[in-house]
Amino acid sequence: MHEILQYISGYLTSDKTPGAAGNMFWALVYIMLVFGGLSVAVIAMNWLERKILAHMQVRLGPMRVGPHGLLQPIADAIKLLLKEDIMPAEADGFVFWMAPLIVVLAAFTVFVVVPFGPTHAITDMNIGILFMLGVSSLSVLGIVMAGWASNSHYPLIGALRSSAQMVSYEVAMGLAVVSAILMTSLNATGTGTLSMIGIVQAQQAQGEWFIFKFFPLGLIAFFIFAVAMVAETNRAPFDLAEAESELTAGFHTEYSGFRWSLFFLAEYSAMIAVSSIAVTLWLGGWLRPFPNWLSGSPWDQIFSFFPGVTFLFFAAICFFNTVRMPKHPLFRIQTIGLAGFGVVLGLIGLILFYPPISAWVQDIFWFSAKVAGFMYMYIWYRGTFPRYRFDQLMQMGWKVLLPMGLGVLILTASVALLQEKIWHP
Amino acid sequence: MTDPNTTLSSLDLEAHDKTYLDANELVINMGPQHPATHGVLRVILRLDGEKVLGLECVIGYLHRGVEKIGEHRTYTMFNPYVDRMDYVAAVSNGLGYCETVEKLLNVEAPPRAQHVRVILTELNRIASHQLWLGTHALDIGAITPLFYTFRDREEILKIYEKYCGARLTTHAFRIGGLQYETYTGFEKEVKNFLTFFRPKIDEYEELLTTNRIWVERTKNVGIISAADCIAFGVTGPVLRASGVKWDLRKAQPYANYKNFDFDIPIGENGDTYDRYLVRMAEMRQSVRIIEQAVDALPEGPIMAKVPKVMKPPAGEVYHSIEAPKGELGYFIVSDGSTQPYRVRVRPPSFVNLQALDVMCRGQLVADVIAVIGTLDIVLGEVDR
Repeated sequence: MHEILQYISGYLTSDKTPGAAGNMFWALVYIMLVFGGLSVAVIAMNWLERKILAHMQVRLGPMRVGPHGLLQPIADAIKLLLKEDIMPAEADGFVFWMAPLIVVLAAFTVFVVVPFGPTHAITDMNIGILFMLGVSSLSVLGIVMAGWASNSHYPLIGALRSSAQMVSYEVAMGLAVVSAILMTSLNATGTGTLSMIGIVQAQQAQGEWFIFKFFPLGLIAFFIFAVAMVAETNRAPFDLAEAESELTAGFHTEYSGFRWSLFFLAEYSAMIAVSSIAVTLWLGGWLRPFPNWLSGSPWDQIFSFFPGVTFLFFAAICFFNTVRMPKHPLFRIQTIGLAGFGVVLGLIGLILFYPPISAWVQDIFWFSAKVAGFMYMYIWYRGTFPRYRFDQLMQMGWKVLLPMGLGVLILTASVALLQEKIWHP
Repeated sequence: MTDPNTTLSSLDLEAHDKTYLDANELVINMGPQHPATHGVLRVILRLDGEKVLGLECVIGYLHRGVEKIGEHRTYTMFNPYVDRMDYVAAVSNGLGYCETVEKLLNVEAPPRAQHVRVILTELNRIASHQLWLGTHALDIGAITPLFYTFRDREEILKIYEKYCGARLTTHAFRIGGLQYETYTGFEKEVKNFLTFFRPKIDEYEELLTTNRIWVERTKNVGIISAADCIAFGVTGPVLRASGVKWDLRKAQPYANYKNFDFDIPIGENGDTYDRYLVRMAEMRQSVRIIEQAVDALPEGPIMAKVPKVMKPPAGEVYHSIEAPKGELGYFIVSDGSTQPYRVRVRPPSFVNLQALDVMCRGQLVADVIAVIGTLDIVLGEVDR
């Protein structure tokens, strides 16, 4: 008995570094945390997208379910779960059933290697970025299966478009990623890394985010990735696969209810996943802004307040809107709900000021804030751009982004070599 | 890409009748329930991958027999029915009908009525073009302009609502003039709208005209030559975008359009982008016309002397006006009784829609959507 307890306590106090031996327990904890957080993020993203898009389009967006529509995504989720699950009579049952699973598995599995902080990751693979690109491209398989199994014309065309698009943009994406990986090798030992944590640590060691490295080479590579990642996730202006006005809903036209919501979930988590890659590779991952310029003790202190201040800011928005709520008895419950939500956010904000906790969430906060920036960009694109046509999309992928990616790769390699051999031998 | 100089004869229209069983071809049904066919249009597309080999329109899902109804109603009773054809430009429909019957009766609306008619009709042209712009942009994937155009269109509908109590199917005009005198502050409100609306056109253009994706999606898409336009009987902005300066407001002035100074914007290439530019310019011209009409609004009666029971002399008449979508013609045969013997409508959407096949051949699926949008069809008018 005593030995078992000792074993467990030894397990709990074991090395918490991701990828280190004997941390299976912490890996499980992080799996729970990441997938819980991801689900919340998708729900929040759903609400935010509808609200932000609505405000860009001079309308209000969801306002009825909960204060300012805060409960709308939950209502939608319940509706989707309760909906009849329809499978077309002519569909290939097994493939039709498998397709959403593959898509959602691919979208969620990539988070295994996403580093939310130096110690906050499920695991640290030494081929992390390769794993991420490889697994995320598996989702195209699910999309093709969905389109094929539906046995209908619109999904078939949608799936074909989608697969062609994802395959061709992956090439440009890969080249941009390689040029960032090249930059990781600019250290004393000259060995680069594919580990997601290693890439951020390389940026930390070099004292420069890769977006600014070899200006403008890093920026161009980042730009290529930023365009390719929108195409990769089938979002506007590259949402040809599910172009509503052309193909009704593209590859998931025949899906409904829970299966459809799996595609939805996968789309949003894929967006978060590719944004995480971009943040890790070019924007310094969990590192806080201005690490060199605003370094030292007062600045470290000030930046450590950011998570708490952010939550207090959201709480303040809630309270501001509580005051502005109509004073009609019908709105009483909503007003109370909004105030309560504000109180919860405020309490979280206050807890985040507590030094040990604030130190612990620092990394996660900066990482999430950067990813949230990308999420906003996704919404912004959707509100601004018309949709590309299929041939124009292909043209841009193969004739613009691919040569650009190759050029940036070659230039980065040359500059890195010059720096290593000639300027700082 | 279709060569802009192709004529009907150079297109292989016979290929249409080929069997649909070719292994390389995919036949898909677009509509009648489809988000981008502007109602209940059904298009049978023959595709080779994404390329359109040919298409066929199936219409009639919204057929209500408007023309037949006309044979069983008196001239006055039929007036509200025409609003239901092109329901986004109901005022234009009413104007066309009223003027046709007036021609048959040989009466003329008094000048004040004519002016108000011009103001309301041009406002309607703006509203119709706004709805076209919003839905066309939505079809091409830009979802935001729709809400901007609807926000501004609301102001026009408010003016209609104040004038005659209805927003969409207004029944604003009567045979021989107007039923209602303008409400107090009508001129001021219209002028306010004009000052409000002028910068809004710039706002729409800012969103789209130089937008790279928009230009790529619309330039050289759905080209139709002037010769083809004339052969198909295509009219309105589609015809003008192909470079033919034909506008019934100038060519056969009706109402009192000859009193106003305005230009007819024309395009060069006859592609979707030119049609977009032509319609944007037309909105500006409409603003010009309304401004002049409001400034010169005369006093006087609003109704000509028309008999209570209308019995036009036996005979036939054809009269057409420039509706927002093209030439809207009414052909009415009278047998001297209180009801028309035959009413025939020449709807612009119906005629323009025929060109869809020629405009889409050899293009991609996405272009079909863009072309349906740019033709600016209203199925209520196509099917009647």
